[in-house]
Amino acid sequence: MSATEMRYVQAVAQALHDSLQADDSVVLLGEDIAHAGGSFKATRGLLESFGPQRVRDTPISEATIVSAAVGAALSGLKPVVEIMFMDFVTLAMDALVNQAAKARFMFGGQGSVPLVLRTPHGGGLSAGPQHSQCLEAWLAHVPGLKVVVPSDPQDAYSLLRAAIADPDPVIFVEHKGLYARKGPVDTGIAAAIGQARIVRPGRDLTLVSYGATVATCLQAAQTLAADGVEVEVIDLRSIQPWDRATVLASLARTHRAVVVHEAVQAFGVGAEIVATLADEGFDELDAPLLRVAAPFMPVPFATSLERAYAVDAEAVIAAARKTLS
Amino acid sequence: MPTRKNTPPAADRLLPLYRTMRLVRQVEQALSKLFADGEVPGFIHLSIGQEAIAAGVASALQAQDSLATTHRGHGHVLARGMAVEGFFKEIMGRDGGLCRGRGGSMHVADLSLGILGANGIVGAGIPIALGSAVAHQVRQTGGVAVAYFGDGAMAEGVLHEALNLAALWRLPLLLVCENNGWSEFSPTSRQFAAKLQALAAAFGIGYDPVDGNDALAVADAALSATAALRAGDGPRVLECVTHRVRGHFEGDPQKYRDADELQAAAERDPLARARAALLHAGTKADAIERIDAEVAVRIDAAIAAARADKLPSFAAAIADVYTRGVAA
Repeated sequence: MSATEMRYVQAVAQALHDSLQADDSVVLLGEDIAHAGGSFKATRGLLESFGPQRVRDTPISEATIVSAAVGAALSGLKPVVEIMFMDFVTLAMDALVNQAAKARFMFGGQGSVPLVLRTPHGGGLSAGPQHSQCLEAWLAHVPGLKVVVPSDPQDAYSLLRAAIADPDPVIFVEHKGLYARKGPVDTGIAAAIGQARIVRPGRDLTLVSYGATVATCLQAAQTLAADGVEVEVIDLRSIQPWDRATVLASLARTHRAVVVHEAVQAFGVGAEIVATLADEGFDELDAPLLRVAAPFMPVPFATSLERAYAVDAEAVIAAARKTLS
Repeated sequence: MPTRKNTPPAADRLLPLYRTMRLVRQVEQALSKLFADGEVPGFIHLSIGQEAIAAGVASALQAQDSLATTHRGHGHVLARGMAVEGFFKEIMGRDGGLCRGRGGSMHVADLSLGILGANGIVGAGIPIALGSAVAHQVRQTGGVAVAYFGDGAMAEGVLHEALNLAALWRLPLLLVCENNGWSEFSPTSRQFAAKLQALAAAFGIGYDPVDGNDALAVADAALSATAALRAGDGPRVLECVTHRVRGHFEGDPQKYRDADELQAAAERDPLARARAALLHAGTKADAIERIDAEVAVRIDAAIAAARADKLPSFAAAIADVYTRGVAA
């Protein structure tokens, strides 16, 4: 099958469309997803194609929407819930942490909870402290959940298809700032949750990232290439489970690594990766492992403040040079 | 069921309800002892005094129906037909438990019977049952979902959200409130400023109050409510007024309750009432005692099997975190 150029948000909509078409048990739930087509238009046209039984506008009741998805998933459906901003998962934490994540385990392996929670994280839009957070590390900390973070339209499509087909609960983290980004999408390409991808090969240093900061790392790599430094960039694509083998193999080639993400650094995804590299890759290390991530503060509103808060290519380049020095 | 000569139909309907209540009562009395003897780890919440609700509601359910219940859910799952042996093995932490020893009393579940679990979080079963009702509606199973909850859950936000959503979508959801007057250690009058009837009315949801210690009354109310649900009339609330005889959990000395109240609860015992009604209706005492004896044999056998069962496998437990066994 040939690839079509589409925006990231269109790739999400296409994956939802194709999943609804392929499997009668798939239903969509969320605030303003049906008649309005979604706050970011990721569900545009799906009500018209699949009807109000399967594409449902819900009231603004996040706790109940996500819990209902758990009950529906235990009763034969494959619900895909949209939470409009990742910040709002706080309201659905019981459903995710105590119910969805544990049902299979605590019921002794009877059945599973095949639900997908789609939600956009990330800043860059001056959306302020309650509409910009990257909270994926919280969810990656909970046994029973999977957390997938696509960085481009192809992965938005292929990984969402994989998430909906997955028998277990998957948190599918989109990025508001990526929705408009264009790229080729081949709907015939399948992706496996838990496999990272080397998006740029290099021999001097490994940059590990996911989501929107993959592009930041590529930008940094380009600048460093001008100085003759060959940087390898790995897109994790999934942080729970995450692809240790690919990252450790890269470290064994480059002997240096920096982990980059938009979320707050403290107690974050980078901490887990760096700790694993220190444990299992210690003999390969030629330099301290570094992290480039957000400072320990809420995401600020003012454009100038948010710019100072955000991880950018300059910060990645500075960390890379420190590692290489 | 064939009607025996000289036996009024009420007795024929009450006898199976009595059998279910007897099972629940004796299971929980056995659990109380096993807990006191250290054979049940953790903590357990007994529904002694509330068995008529479990028996009555379950009598109205059909094979395709589903339910989600509470931390005080032994009666609901047993009345639905959960295997007694698998139940004891679970609560005693054995490998053959329905949940392979991973859930215990607060998480007993049997998906094959539509039992979507007891729940350790107050009110959490309500929106889960609601989601199951969505599945009944989308899949057109003709089934209904039952959300059991206590009066303590009336202060939880998810109940209010669920009432709204169930009404908006006209879901086949039966909300069964067991109002035993106590939210853990506090009287409900200190916990909830509204009345459930008014709350249901606010959402335009049908509401039926029922004497929760009268098994036949509960069965009748549940049958009429589920018939309406199956006809697509939208959700209904059944408020069953009852009494919690034991503490919030086993071992709770209940210093916050006075003797008169406990005495009143004992006098309204649903099993004693059912037994008196059966005798009054002409059922022979030995027929009732035969049921009691059969139930006792069943429970003794289940406990013996649980004691003999092996302990759960840790490797199997960690392999079940995900369906395909992935780990971080």
